[in-house]
Amino acid sequence: MGNLFNNYEEACAIILFGIGFTTLLLHRNMIKKVIGFSMMDSAIYLFLAAKGYIAGRKAPIIENGVQAVEAYINPVPAGLVLTGIVVSVSSTALMLALTVRLYRRYHTLNIDEITEMARKEEV
Amino acid sequence: MALWQNLPFAMILLPLASAGVTSVLRGRAARWTAICVIALVTGMAAALAVFMQGYGQSYPYMMGHFPAPWGNEIRAGILEAVVALCFSAVMLLSVLGGLRNLKRDIRTDRQNLYFVMCELTTSALMAQVFTNDVFTAYVFLEITTIAACVLICANSKGRALTAAARYMVLNLVGSGLFLLSLSLIYDLTGHLLMSNIQEKMAELSAQGKYEQPITMVIALVTIGLGIKSALYPFHTWVPDAYSMSTPTSSAILSSLISEGYLFLLIKFYYRVFGMQVVLETGIANVLFVLGAFGAVMGSLLAVRQTDIRRMVAYSSVAQIGYIYLAMGIGTPEGMTAAAYQIVAHAVCKALLFIAAGGLSDASRERQDLPHLRGAFYRQPVAGAAFTLGALSMIGLPLLSGFIVKVSYAEAAVGIGGKRMAGVLAVLIVSTLLNTLYFGRAMINLYRLEEKKIREQRRFRCGACFAISCALLAAVTVALGVASRPVLEAIRQGFQMFG
Repeated sequence: MGNLFNNYEEACAIILFGIGFTTLLLHRNMIKKVIGFSMMDSAIYLFLAAKGYIAGRKAPIIENGVQAVEAYINPVPAGLVLTGIVVSVSSTALMLALTVRLYRRYHTLNIDEITEMARKEEV
Repeated sequence: MALWQNLPFAMILLPLASAGVTSVLRGRAARWTAICVIALVTGMAAALAVFMQGYGQSYPYMMGHFPAPWGNEIRAGILEAVVALCFSAVMLLSVLGGLRNLKRDIRTDRQNLYFVMCELTTSALMAQVFTNDVFTAYVFLEITTIAACVLICANSKGRALTAAARYMVLNLVGSGLFLLSLSLIYDLTGHLLMSNIQEKMAELSAQGKYEQPITMVIALVTIGLGIKSALYPFHTWVPDAYSMSTPTSSAILSSLISEGYLFLLIKFYYRVFGMQVVLETGIANVLFVLGAFGAVMGSLLAVRQTDIRRMVAYSSVAQIGYIYLAMGIGTPEGMTAAAYQIVAHAVCKALLFIAAGGLSDASRERQDLPHLRGAFYRQPVAGAAFTLGALSMIGLPLLSGFIVKVSYAEAAVGIGGKRMAGVLAVLIVSTLLNTLYFGRAMINLYRLEEKKIREQRRFRCGACFAISCALLAAVTVALGVASRPVLEAIRQGFQMFG
């Protein structure tokens, strides 16, 4: 239990991941699915950022010529987070575009209703 | 460094750059640019395979000017070369085979975008095959996902849109799990390059440290990629996505995109975790059970279908189950069988989907078996191609499916015990079921009264379609007749993986 409080950022990230994951998978509303997806990815970025941070150090931008490694935090996770954000923004955009097209055609955001209507359309 | 060693890099970059150019070209120009670029990539893959045979070992290739722990790397070996050749060739033939349907199914002013997606998929697949960096693998995995979603919903008719939405939801779940596992890997080992991670993993496992997190990470990668490659319980998006999209898309999705994820999973097992560590966690048992279950259930569900493309889609689910089954055997022979199945299935499924597209074109665009009755007489090229593909799936000698089954049986006999019985039972049951549903489909293609046969109007299939079917069929036969070089190359490739 103590571990959970000490690593509260990671614990928080995993809880958020779980919430996002279940929303994306189980919620019927397309927009809420997209929100769940955003939440899930952000949770991973929080996890990565927490992993890269070292207490008491500064962002890895050289200041006053200090080049010692001990002065700065680990920059790699920040790079990963940036790349990840680009990827998830494009996925979100695609999901939203799909949602718009589905809404224009079926006038609802409920994926179950949409599937049902699409099936009837077929017959 | 020899000049040819730049080939893998060019195979990733060329289609990526050309995708940018294609997006501003008009229909016809875009079409031929994409086809030429993919053909060029296929040529480069063939050249790489030849050079690798002579070179005899794998090599890392530095991207940019930063050496190993900081920079990004790709890595080529004989296995990567063979898989890349297979993927690019199937890509080329799928696009050629479905050209006529593409012109009909997709709005004229948007056709160039479809070819952009084909090029992006090619580039992303090549990157997944060659990359030596786990995060690069993730980025290209997402590019594949996005491109595949557009490939599905490019056809605006019918349920393609809902199919794309369902595809996207499950795939994003898979990507999320995969990304989480990568973060954990970085957290555990402090590296992103596969070679460095593998060293560190071996070290950790020797010291007995972090056993649970490592098991967790391996499970996450497996489930993430399992969802994305349509392993049995996660296959719900498959039937709609494969049967509603245009034939080229179904061929690309079933035979390239799923197989790309599977190859990445094999690569992760060997290059990131190390096979020893993976086997210690017992994840192979889970794969074995899920694979066996998928192989049987996929076939059972296929028997119930009356729509020819849905039937082939469920057969895909069964074949993917087969690949997991072979990975679950856990021996080098099992892995070789899995890799051979990846290659054989990629070629054969593309053939089946393209041929099924041709058959329904000749039958007023209907896909259900009663309407396809006698389709062979209307469209003999597609009929013959479908028959050959179906026979290969059943596992007739001289075709690739037979070699798959033989190598599975050999791998199973190699381990003995309960697993041998399991593999053999699955082989027998699924062969029987395959015979049942593919047999029924074939009978429908040929069944027609004598009098009516002469009345059937011949449907002109077009040169591109005929060439594509003929080449895919030829490769299916070649893989069945001369399987030894391919199997040998795969075996060598796994040794280079080590």
